[in-house]
Amino acid sequence: MKALLLRDLRLAFRSGGGFGLGLAFFFLLSILVPLGVGPEGGTLGRIAPGILWVGALLACLLSLDRIFALDHEDGSLDLLATAPIPLEAVVAIKALAHWLVTGLPLTLIAPGLAVFLNLPVGGYPWLVASLILGTPALSVIGAFGAAITVGLRRGGLLLSLLVLPLYVPTLIFGAEVVRRGAEGMALATPLALLAAISLGASALLPFAAASAIRVNLR
Amino acid sequence: MSVWEYANPKKFMQTSAWALPWVVGLTVLLLVTGLVWGFFFTPDDYKQGSTVKIIYLHVPAAMMAINAWVMMLVTSLIWIVRRHHVSALAAKAAAPVGLTFTLIALVTGALWGQPMWGTWWAWDPRLTSFLILTLFYFGYIALWAAIEDPDTAADLTSILCLVGSVFALLSRYAVNFWNQGLHQGASLSLDKEENVSDVFWVPLLVCIAGFVLLFLTMVLMRTRTEIRARRLKALLARERGT
Repeated sequence: MKALLLRDLRLAFRSGGGFGLGLAFFFLLSILVPLGVGPEGGTLGRIAPGILWVGALLACLLSLDRIFALDHEDGSLDLLATAPIPLEAVVAIKALAHWLVTGLPLTLIAPGLAVFLNLPVGGYPWLVASLILGTPALSVIGAFGAAITVGLRRGGLLLSLLVLPLYVPTLIFGAEVVRRGAEGMALATPLALLAAISLGASALLPFAAASAIRVNLR
Repeated sequence: MSVWEYANPKKFMQTSAWALPWVVGLTVLLLVTGLVWGFFFTPDDYKQGSTVKIIYLHVPAAMMAINAWVMMLVTSLIWIVRRHHVSALAAKAAAPVGLTFTLIALVTGALWGQPMWGTWWAWDPRLTSFLILTLFYFGYIALWAAIEDPDTAADLTSILCLVGSVFALLSRYAVNFWNQGLHQGASLSLDKEENVSDVFWVPLLVCIAGFVLLFLTMVLMRTRTEIRARRLKALLARERGT
């Protein structure tokens, strides 16, 4: 399992691995939005939590089809399906690898980009907290979507269509945490719900994703 | 005699062929009665004027939009557990009907919202939930359309339907949490003493029954079409084989 994780990480970091793509997208979005919206601090600060969360979500979405598609093309997914480790574990590892190369770096650069967006000071710790708790859900849900569409030749658009509504609760609670943090309100409820979504999705979705892969490999 | 008899396509076709004219007749009867009664023989509301009559389309369509998804969830489960093809085809047949009801609910809601709330659209919890439901329907239908092998498509859409249902429910509560709405609360609960005044309530009930039957009619027809299409495909494959 460790070998699989390391292999996925190595593939992602190599050129063309799509590691930088999500980050670059996030970066561009955080620079373009102030240019488009205008420099008034009040407006920017108010929309900053939402923009940062939407940016993180879309950045995740960009690299989803890589989770299984490349392995499916060169046949290594068939090998993984017959490997001694259960397919559910393979899905979990792949989601983890995806998180390590998108969710985690996004979380790390988010506070820097929040400066551009004039996020109020109180929001920073909660921005990091909400992203670290919420992005695993994005990766796991994305892995499920990727598993469903892995057999399709042009699954990219369909993948986005399937995954987008599944992302709604995560986005709402995530952005709500940051907004409340920025305004200094109580935020225990959305934070707990966000963590619940992440944990619940990580626990259950690998099973759904693995059964979808089995169907696709049949 | 068990309900699983109808999982046999032949039995299903026989029974539905017999039942369909009755269902269609009853649908027409109830819909015409309910809508004519609602549109022409009920008084205007003292505050909303004649716009209140949108209720006879809006509420039944919205109810059926959700119920269609529930029906798809049940038939998907039956497909996963017992692998009856009719069940999977019924789920496939119900999806576009459910999507249409969702869109009817959204459009009539916008038409109603404009004079009443002064806006076509508001990010109200109920409206937002319906928009998300529309996305789920689109995704589900697109997945059916994208996969060629019918059994693979049935399996994957069933999995999507199960996972989607959980997330649709989750979104409903997330959206409630996120915004307070303009939309009024439930006014048709069964456990309340009085809901809407009886003058509106009775024709509305007739309309709801009509929409349920309309849904049944369309799902039966579409399932029959799907079964025939499947038979045709099998016949063609056999012709080519010989």
